[in-house]
Amino acid sequence: MPRMFVALFAGTLFGLGLAVSGMTNPAKIVGFLDVAGNWDPTLAFVMGGALLVTIPAFRLILKRPRPVLADGFALPTSSALDARLLGGAALFGVGWGLAGFCPGPAVAALVTGLTPVFAFVAAMIAGMAAYKWIFERPARTGMEAKPAPEAREHPA
Amino acid sequence: MENFTPVSGLIGGLLIGLAAALLLLLNGRISGISGIVGGLLTPKSGDAGWRVVFAAGLLLGAFIYMLATGGAMPVIMQASLPIIVVAGLLVGFGTRLGSGCTSGHGVCGIARLSRRSIVATSVFMGVAILTVFLTHHVI
Repeated sequence: MPRMFVALFAGTLFGLGLAVSGMTNPAKIVGFLDVAGNWDPTLAFVMGGALLVTIPAFRLILKRPRPVLADGFALPTSSALDARLLGGAALFGVGWGLAGFCPGPAVAALVTGLTPVFAFVAAMIAGMAAYKWIFERPARTGMEAKPAPEAREHPA
Repeated sequence: MENFTPVSGLIGGLLIGLAAALLLLLNGRISGISGIVGGLLTPKSGDAGWRVVFAAGLLLGAFIYMLATGGAMPVIMQASLPIIVVAGLLVGFGTRLGSGCTSGHGVCGIARLSRRSIVATSVFMGVAILTVFLTHHVI
């Protein structure tokens, strides 16, 4: 139960941060990405502000043997710079550049009730489901699809 | 640089960083939204609840902002609806394939000094910038 409250609080703080920073506005994102046009560097300050906290905080936190309310840290275990990482990042980059939305701000922006936001999030979920359908279940021929690297529970 | 809002940008970023730090310190979880949402598609018993609650929190946080600003939270999408749908598909598929997005790789991964995240962030930033350049200034 305490972990649920933490999830709610952290999610709320995160959503508030997204809204305050203007990241829930695709026009601001596109403004940052539009280096040849009317350039808006705000996103750099958002990332900078976030990293200003997370770089020292994560360093300290991950020195602990375990988190406060759980048995272990659920951290990514892969270190490979493989085709999936690069290909996935590239596809994500195209989508982000086209709509100016990435997952976090899009979900937060659902609160506006705007149709285009719902359309984006629905499509995003469909895209995630397509990935799962292709990569995370055995093909009908009986050959196993190679599983994606999943986070593992392990002490820090 | 007409729309440059460095102060609110920085403050928002600090809040995001704080949220990520709290989730990691207390729950041991990375606040990568594509992972948190994507994990709901393969729900494991005992693992789905916190994801739903976190996502609800995202909406709640944005809602609180709207209350504080008297309803103002501009969401200006310049692309057409078909493009928005294609973009959503690419973002959904790409973030799962690439194991992360701006929050997962850009904020959390870089904070862990993860080589994968530094590379992924560079790639999606570069490709996004190229995409905007092509769609705004070439096509």
